[in-house]
Amino acid sequence: MRLQCPHCGPRGLAEFTYHGDATVQRPVDRGAGSSAAWADYVYLRDNKAGVHQEYWYHQAGCHAWLVVTRHMRSHEVMAVRAAMVRA
Amino acid sequence: MSGRRLATGGLIDRARPVDFSFDGKAYQGFAGDTLASALLANGVRLFGRSFKYHRPRGVLSDGVEEPNALVEWRDGARREANTRATVAEIFPGLAARSQNRFPSLKFDLLSVNNALAPLFAAGFYYKTFMWPASFWERVYEPLIRRAAGLGRNAGLADPDAYEAVNLFCDVLVIGGGKAGIAEAMAAARAGGRVLLCDERAGLGGQALSDGEAVDNGALAALPNLRIMNRTTVFGVYDGGVYGAVTRLTDHLPVHEAAGPRQRYCRIMATRAVLASGAIERPMVFAHNDRPGVMLAGAVRAYIHRYAVAPGARAVLFLNHDEAARTIPSMAGAGMAIAAVVDGRAASGAAVHDAAKAVGAPVFAGAAVTRALGRMGVTGAEIRGADGGMFRVACDIIAVSGGWNPALHLTSHLDGKPVWDDKIAAFIPGSLPPGMVVAGAAAGAGINEGIIPLWHVPSRPETSFVDFQNDVTVKDLTLAQQEGFGATEHVKRYTTLGMATDQGKTGNVNALGIMAGGCAMMGTTRFRPPYTPVAIGALAGAHRGMRFRPVRLTPTHGWAEAQGAMFTDAGLWKRAQYFPQGGEDWREAMVREVSAVRQSVGICDVTTLGKIDIQGPDAVAFLEFVYANGWRNLAVGRARYGLMLREDGFVMDDGTCARLGEWHFLMTTTTANAARVMQHLEFCHQVLRSDLDVRFASVTEAWAQVALAGPRARDVLARLVDDDADVSNEALPYMGVRAVRLRQGVPARVFRLSFSGELAYEIAVPARFGADLPAWLMASGADFGITPYGTEALGVMRIEKGHPAGAELNGQTTAHDLGLGRLLSKAKDYVGRAMSQRPALCDPARPGLVGLQPLDGVSPLRAGSHMLRPGAPANAAHDEGYVTSAAFSPTLGHPIALALLAGGVARQGETIRVYDPVRDGDALALVVNPVFYDPTGSRLRG
Ligand SMILES: [Zn+2]
Repeated sequence: MRLQCPHCGPRGLAEFTYHGDATVQRPVDRGAGSSAAWADYVYLRDNKAGVHQEYWYHQAGCHAWLVVTRHMRSHEVMAVRAAMVRA
Repeated sequence: MSGRRLATGGLIDRARPVDFSFDGKAYQGFAGDTLASALLANGVRLFGRSFKYHRPRGVLSDGVEEPNALVEWRDGARREANTRATVAEIFPGLAARSQNRFPSLKFDLLSVNNALAPLFAAGFYYKTFMWPASFWERVYEPLIRRAAGLGRNAGLADPDAYEAVNLFCDVLVIGGGKAGIAEAMAAARAGGRVLLCDERAGLGGQALSDGEAVDNGALAALPNLRIMNRTTVFGVYDGGVYGAVTRLTDHLPVHEAAGPRQRYCRIMATRAVLASGAIERPMVFAHNDRPGVMLAGAVRAYIHRYAVAPGARAVLFLNHDEAARTIPSMAGAGMAIAAVVDGRAASGAAVHDAAKAVGAPVFAGAAVTRALGRMGVTGAEIRGADGGMFRVACDIIAVSGGWNPALHLTSHLDGKPVWDDKIAAFIPGSLPPGMVVAGAAAGAGINEGIIPLWHVPSRPETSFVDFQNDVTVKDLTLAQQEGFGATEHVKRYTTLGMATDQGKTGNVNALGIMAGGCAMMGTTRFRPPYTPVAIGALAGAHRGMRFRPVRLTPTHGWAEAQGAMFTDAGLWKRAQYFPQGGEDWREAMVREVSAVRQSVGICDVTTLGKIDIQGPDAVAFLEFVYANGWRNLAVGRARYGLMLREDGFVMDDGTCARLGEWHFLMTTTTANAARVMQHLEFCHQVLRSDLDVRFASVTEAWAQVALAGPRARDVLARLVDDDADVSNEALPYMGVRAVRLRQGVPARVFRLSFSGELAYEIAVPARFGADLPAWLMASGADFGITPYGTEALGVMRIEKGHPAGAELNGQTTAHDLGLGRLLSKAKDYVGRAMSQRPALCDPARPGLVGLQPLDGVSPLRAGSHMLRPGAPANAAHDEGYVTSAAFSPTLGHPIALALLAGGVARQGETIRVYDPVRDGDALALVVNPVFYDPTGSRLRG
């Protein structure tokens, strides 16, 4: 498998580290401690047989965190973009 | 038996005879022979004994699908078991041996298994060797291994070299038969880079085996086409990546083999054409495994490729038209054809015409029911169309039950082959993205006029379906009777298709038999590798010293010159201790610790991760990634930092120094340096891209040495420029200063202490690192300055109760480690919300404590569990475990750190430290984990 890093071009899988679901949103911490929203964010993941967005890290390359859109059944990689959104 | 080499023909080089041996006996073949063809040419039929029953086996095929003719190839460390004689090219001096025979191939004592066959029926492993459990290791397993093993492992390190390459192409053509050549030609003429891989030494495929001329001369003229012979594409992976192995020197004697033995190729291909041809199906009848029963296509291959007549008098057993071409081939090779047995009631014209041309009798609607002969075929028992049985003398039974497209690679990415009734074969179903299939692999031009004949019922029913794993029709029937009807169940229950040949010849016959004349049920799928791949080829150069990188600190050479012993810390080599005059590690450690506690010592700490952090939002970023606060840290000061994971557990710790208003230097533990860097990048790029901050790993840019002990300041004062003030006032505990050393070298001095003594860490640009220890040693010579290693470092940190790797184990919270007071209540940070979960704040959780043996001498070992005195020694009464332990030279007795239920609140209790694995059992006193200088007066002095 290869990933098309937006900075480095198509690179082999061995250069990347997988992280996980890129659709979960870190809750706003209002100082109230843990909550169901936090448990969801930290632990609960969908395991869908379909299109999935996930984080990959180009560890042996540009150190960019990437959002990869991948089909979980075919492993087809549909899109790769940098995770960082600059203001 | 006399030699069977034909006087003319074949693709062998008769000008180059090749001397080799099999089972110690000398033979001669020609360049271009495989071991199988060369031995057949010498009249050898018996190649080995079968896996379970030790039945005599010969050659079934002429290719990679061979399940029978498996041999031990080469000698000594190069010995390779289960080598298929049908594809192994001979070379001068080759020594091969048969497998699985004892004491000799012809007389095999263990063929008694054959008589005990009922014992070895399907599922026998599960049924027979159930109990008593203790018999498994002592009796059953050695017995089974002795009786059922195939080849022997060399048991020595592989002396050959391997390499790996990445290849890129627009079109990858897999298989160099007629279809593959045409596809490669067309693709190359259309432009783009084309790779044509074929597993044999030359192109041509089945056409050459059939005696056809193959013209591939035009290929050489295409500069954008690369032909890779002896190259097997063994796997298809995501995103157009293909795995292949090229056998570079397997066909050469060792002294002629220059360079690597095999090359592993990762091929990146935009498109691929699978032109891998087809694999012939054997017929299933009694004793169909006898040497002399051979696939019809293989008979033709031995005649046309190798100029070998595999027998003198043949019976041909078929059920489709194409196999009839074996008739003129055999006749042309001077073989008599005793009978053509056609399983179809209405034999095709192709069969009749071919047989008539050579005067061979045809029996339509008939079947071979049994191969006669023990060590090799002497005849065939045939059931005629009228049901009458008769026998025909012969020394070879050529069989063809049709062909199976070699579609293995199409199913590697979850593709499901589909059944095609017209040709009675599975053809490729859904294909990997970018792949098309051409020629016989797609089912084109095979099995003309076929009527499937999966099984000829016969008595005795010793009819083999999977030759390599000795699976018979009876096993399949038994599996079905016992409820294992689904394909995947049958495979596991009978081991069908689970040998190294992956059932290339047997699987489809088995499915046909199980369908019992009904529609084909299930399918057969394959996983990589298509054929066995040497682990060495996959490992490539990454073994021994090159298995992983070795990182050396700038002071490594100096430490080596001091006679240091080294230990691995991740990829780093760190000095473990510096023995003097025959000291063992413990004596050296005691001396080194005492030197630091009483005077001064130095220790390389370069391996700690160093991350340079800069930007207007640097403080805000640290506030987010650390659990404790950073806003009030002054420039020129450092602080201990505790990092949590988002789930609230401790991830890492270290110090972070403020070098400027917007400039920080973070240190991490050696083990977590890369992980913390990745985490920081995540926190910034994903969670807090609003913060204007940048960071870079500078671990290798600085050499860093700890200078520790009551005389550390005296040594430091001599090391730095006269105008650099290193007094307690100018450089207090946790102070940081940029200085210049007397040698003119810029340096940073951090007043940090891991040992608990007055201590500094001195960092210089890495290029000066090799000299720094010597400068320090010279500055402290009259204080008896002593280099110390990780052993002494570790003991001193246990004496000080600092949590390290064994305590920062991913399962501990800040509260567990006695660091709960650091958790800021005033800000959001990674891990804050989840760290407040009630269960993580429960005071009953195991917390960090110190232990010392009541008797003052009993060692407390890391890994020991703690029990209340008198409580039963079982998991239900477990009170926690010892994480770190040492003999403390400073205190003069063993000490330990432990995670004890309830933690430091239990100070003063007596606890039992129990280690049943190493016979440890001692009572210990629970104490404050900070054994040494709990008020910290020494490090602040
Ligand atoms: Zn990149």
